[in-house]
Amino acid sequence: MSSASDVVAPVVRVRSLTTSIGGRILVRDATFDLRPGEVLGVVGASGSGKSVLLRTIVGLVPAAAGTIEIFGDELGRSGQTDLRRFGARWGVLFQDGALFSSLTVAENIMVPLREQLHLSPALMHEIAALKIALVGLPPDTADKFPAALSGGMRKRAGLARALALDPKLLFLDEPTAGLDPIAATEFDGLVRDLKESLGLTVFMVTHDLDSLIAICDRIAVIVDQRVVIGTLAELMRNPHPWIQAYFRGPRGRAAQVAEAANG
Amino acid sequence: MAQSIEQTRDGDALVLRPRGRWVVADAQALDDRLAEIRAGAARRVRIDLAGVEAMDTTGAWLLFRLKRGLEASGAAVSVDHVGAELAPLLTQIEKRQASPVKPPRRGFGPIVLLAHIGFRTVELMRLTRALLAFFGEVAITFARTAAQPRRLRFTPMVAQMQRAGVSALGIVGLLSFLVGIVMTYIGAQQLKPYGAEIFTVNLLAVGFLRELGGLMAAIIIAGRSGSAFTAEIGAMVVNEEIDAMRTLGLDPIEVLVVPRILGLILTLPFLTFWADFTGLAGGAVMCRTSLDIPLTTFLVQLHGAVSLWSVFLGIIKAPFFAACIALIGCNEGLLVTRSAESVGRRTTQSVVQAIFLVIVLDALFSIFFNELGI
Repeated sequence: MSSASDVVAPVVRVRSLTTSIGGRILVRDATFDLRPGEVLGVVGASGSGKSVLLRTIVGLVPAAAGTIEIFGDELGRSGQTDLRRFGARWGVLFQDGALFSSLTVAENIMVPLREQLHLSPALMHEIAALKIALVGLPPDTADKFPAALSGGMRKRAGLARALALDPKLLFLDEPTAGLDPIAATEFDGLVRDLKESLGLTVFMVTHDLDSLIAICDRIAVIVDQRVVIGTLAELMRNPHPWIQAYFRGPRGRAAQVAEAANG
Repeated sequence: MAQSIEQTRDGDALVLRPRGRWVVADAQALDDRLAEIRAGAARRVRIDLAGVEAMDTTGAWLLFRLKRGLEASGAAVSVDHVGAELAPLLTQIEKRQASPVKPPRRGFGPIVLLAHIGFRTVELMRLTRALLAFFGEVAITFARTAAQPRRLRFTPMVAQMQRAGVSALGIVGLLSFLVGIVMTYIGAQQLKPYGAEIFTVNLLAVGFLRELGGLMAAIIIAGRSGSAFTAEIGAMVVNEEIDAMRTLGLDPIEVLVVPRILGLILTLPFLTFWADFTGLAGGAVMCRTSLDIPLTTFLVQLHGAVSLWSVFLGIIKAPFFAACIALIGCNEGLLVTRSAESVGRRTTQSVVQAIFLVIVLDALFSIFFNELGI
């Protein structure tokens, strides 16, 4: 399904991007590509600007400097019109799900379907039920309001909404945080299968070392306001003390042992 | 839009050759086509996916549904030429079978109406009970605060007075001034044929000092501060701040409600006085410019028309109005559930109820004063 042009053209092209929030610079002069069909994990200390980087790339926070191209289109600074243009082509999962609180879960999933396509109500309900099943929520979640869900369930419902239009590009902000380990492993499996079947490209902010090692093709580390990007093996060789501490710490080691045991 | 499903019969087998893109954007067209497919007499169905250019989860679901439907009608179904990259997707879909969904049911008209009336009645009774319970809780907290004055949050209270009172001076003053002008104008028009324009001042003075000043101030504050109380506390509920307070051993009533109620009780009498003053000022300006009643005559007439007692009777109602507005505002805020819509609904409720109760209370005061003969 992927033509030759896809292979060369990155899905997201970030050039000398500087992100800031409230006048404080978080990442300076970051340049990297997100290749088609790749899962990029973004890690960094709390407050290092992982989420702000994600929000800048999807156009919610204006970039202080630099350019962002998504599917070859430059994301301008005009904001709203851009977001409308891209809304059908990417899915975004926020940290707490960010569900519309006055709509049921099924209605939340139907929002993008209704906005972007013309489908019969019966088919939209079917698609909503499919997405609910796909993210591993029980069927009766469909008619519940977000306030009645636990944090982990809200997150999955948020993912279901992000997947509603089967986008080619998915932004995930800490998708497995707050999930129990079994659910987190299932989530990793789901992302991997979707990636393989749909050629999904994923930009994932995470602290979950298991996810990082299990499904990420490359990892971007934010240290000292820079973005260091590479495969796990490359990063392991990076002498930076924070990177060493991150991957060679007890948790990092345990995750790698577990992954090696799984094959 | 190039999906087609070619159907050929091969003995007792039906062969389906779907072509084109099986993606969510074309799902409606696909769904319509699939609805026409019947196994009929065929015992075996072969679905050949070789012609499918792209498939996403929705497409995979439609394929799975087709397969399940055909199997249900007694045919053996096989799927051929599944691309290597599609296999995991189809497995995922099959593994996580979506349960069949029923579109929401719509009830029979009159019954829905009846149910709605019943629902609203129960809701109203519950709300009344909640308000009474809240009033009791606040009263107990007030008593406790009175016994231990150190528990009073003084700084937030002053901040509330600043926000509800000082910041409202402009709007209360302006509106009262304008109403003063309107009343004078209307009064003068009615009294002119009798040559009694000077009594416009009496009308204005009694009207404003006894009733209008207090009502104006209370209604503006209900719209301005009562709604703010509900929205602030409601947003805190949504954000779980109230729960956090409780776990920290803080009593939200003591921390949030008491300073607001007390602040408003202390503020509204002053605002009422201010509304009285600006209303009379508006009247005085109107008298001078249109009725040729100079300021000194106005003041002399005013002095004869009302006593300090009238001013007092107007202002004595203000703390009761204030308590009512703040109590409802805070109660509605705490009744917010964790959704954005509920914040909006509660805020509306808060303003409507507060204005309603202020006017009811004012009527009761009128009857009470009347009975007392003052």
